[in-house]
Amino acid sequence: MSLFDHKISELHELLHKRDLSVSDLVDESFKRIGEVEGKVQAFLTLDEENARAAAKALDEKVIQNKPASKLYGLPIGIKDNIVTKGLRTTAASKILENFDPIYDATVVQKLKQAETVTIGKLNMDEFAMGSSNENSGFKNTFNPWNLDRVPGGSSGGSAASVAAGEVLFSLGSDTGGSIRQPASFCGVVGMKPTYGLVSRFGLIAFASSLDQIGPITRNVEDNAFLLKAIAGHDKMDSTSANVDIPDYTASLTGDIKGLRIAVPKEYLGEGVNEEVRKSVMDALVILERLGATWEEVSLPHSKYALATYYLLSSSEASANLARFDGVRYGYRSPNAENLLNMYKMTREEGFGEEVKRRIMLGTFALSSGYYDAYYKKAQKVRTLIKQDFENVFEQYDVIVGPTAPTPAFKIGENTRDPMTMYANDILTIPVNLAGVPAISVPCGLDKGLPLGLQIIGRHFDESTVYKVAHAFEQATEFHKQQPEL
Amino acid sequence: MSRISEEQVKHAAHLARLAITENEAQMLTEQLDKIITYAEQLNELNTDNVEPTAHVLEIKNVMREDRAQEGLPREEVLKNAPEHQDGQIKVPGIME
Repeated sequence: MSLFDHKISELHELLHKRDLSVSDLVDESFKRIGEVEGKVQAFLTLDEENARAAAKALDEKVIQNKPASKLYGLPIGIKDNIVTKGLRTTAASKILENFDPIYDATVVQKLKQAETVTIGKLNMDEFAMGSSNENSGFKNTFNPWNLDRVPGGSSGGSAASVAAGEVLFSLGSDTGGSIRQPASFCGVVGMKPTYGLVSRFGLIAFASSLDQIGPITRNVEDNAFLLKAIAGHDKMDSTSANVDIPDYTASLTGDIKGLRIAVPKEYLGEGVNEEVRKSVMDALVILERLGATWEEVSLPHSKYALATYYLLSSSEASANLARFDGVRYGYRSPNAENLLNMYKMTREEGFGEEVKRRIMLGTFALSSGYYDAYYKKAQKVRTLIKQDFENVFEQYDVIVGPTAPTPAFKIGENTRDPMTMYANDILTIPVNLAGVPAISVPCGLDKGLPLGLQIIGRHFDESTVYKVAHAFEQATEFHKQQPEL
Repeated sequence: MSRISEEQVKHAAHLARLAITENEAQMLTEQLDKIITYAEQLNELNTDNVEPTAHVLEIKNVMREDRAQEGLPREEVLKNAPEHQDGQIKVPGIME
């Protein structure tokens, strides 16, 4: 039994009654890290000294006043592409190996206001480009359920650290599935909010029209609490939406009677593993028993999503990553005699293989003579994909399908051919292109490896997504399963 | 027929400011060709009357008040610079 087997609301109650201290929670984190981090390798940087000092200060404060924030004193891990003032932030890239941010991302400021305790920074694929953490510039992270397997990616460290009980919860980011796919592979709950719901200020940009920060937790209720704490309009991110943030936990009633579920036939077709398909069909039976109805629908442009995504996200990345030039921060090649060569050698030496491949693809797609044929064409197909979702949401409340076509694959299994690795994200990518919210919740095990159910909602309708996810979770035991480490 | 030549790859690498090696140029030619060939399935779709989507939300021209604000402190900014001198970031020679 770990303290992190408790929900946020229970821990809050214990802290409130002073049956538990923040230091106890932080001790729990570092004790568990001491036990399992050698196997899981989820963290790139640990911040033990500051975390313990913060815990002590919060414990002293609680003697004066009862904690107001729901997240008070709770230990969190943060994906290493979210900047943290004074705490090394690398995006798992050698080019940022010694980067010491001089400001906090908006989400980090919000967590500080909520008085969470940051335990450390979590491993990921370099610049969030990847689906397995094998593209990290520093090390692999291992799936707590089976150490021969990948944790998923790009937020692999974020999902693995929560699954392994090293932190209570974490933040990830999702450009094409990078929160949901690792959540699915590690048996935890991961939410990609509506594009614009959470400020991207201080998120090291990969593809700005797709990137979104979101929470990874052990259960749906905790996820709703954490999202509420980080969401909201931010004047520092002009793409953040000015919408009211509801109390998501108010929607967790368990009541989904009359809810209309759409199941896209494209999400259960070719390439989707039989066990995965079966787990989704079983989940639909449970949702039906709870009073929902479901019908098969079509998202006819789904098969074009992968190509659209790689053209658009790589194009945006090629522009965003132009800033890493060895001038103001990060690595600088010592081998160059003039400025132009300094740029070229810094980037050649500092970026990993996948990052260079995507910069090259993006540069090509945006270059003169190819812009209309590739980039603009992909932007137009993006419109068609977005319309597919709008059409379905005219008649249905949520879309349900698998999160990933397979359970976690073996380390090294998909690294030879970039296209087979990319195909992993086929069920999550359309969601980012449409900008809608989606969650992954545990829905079964295949030979001891977790599977995830994906629930997709309308723009800014996180409440309904959480409602369905919570009703499903409470009707099943999957979220109580834990890896043995 | 290959869609992309090694010359094009080297040109893109120059535009992207990447000093790729001969080996990488060869490998990237092969891989990008495969990805581009895959991406050309988008041409199956007629998109003549479709507007491109650059951004999914209806947010346009977000303005702020035109007022000067305090910038970041110089010492802080220089902290991460690979090389600096006299309060300024230093780079290798620009002209011969």
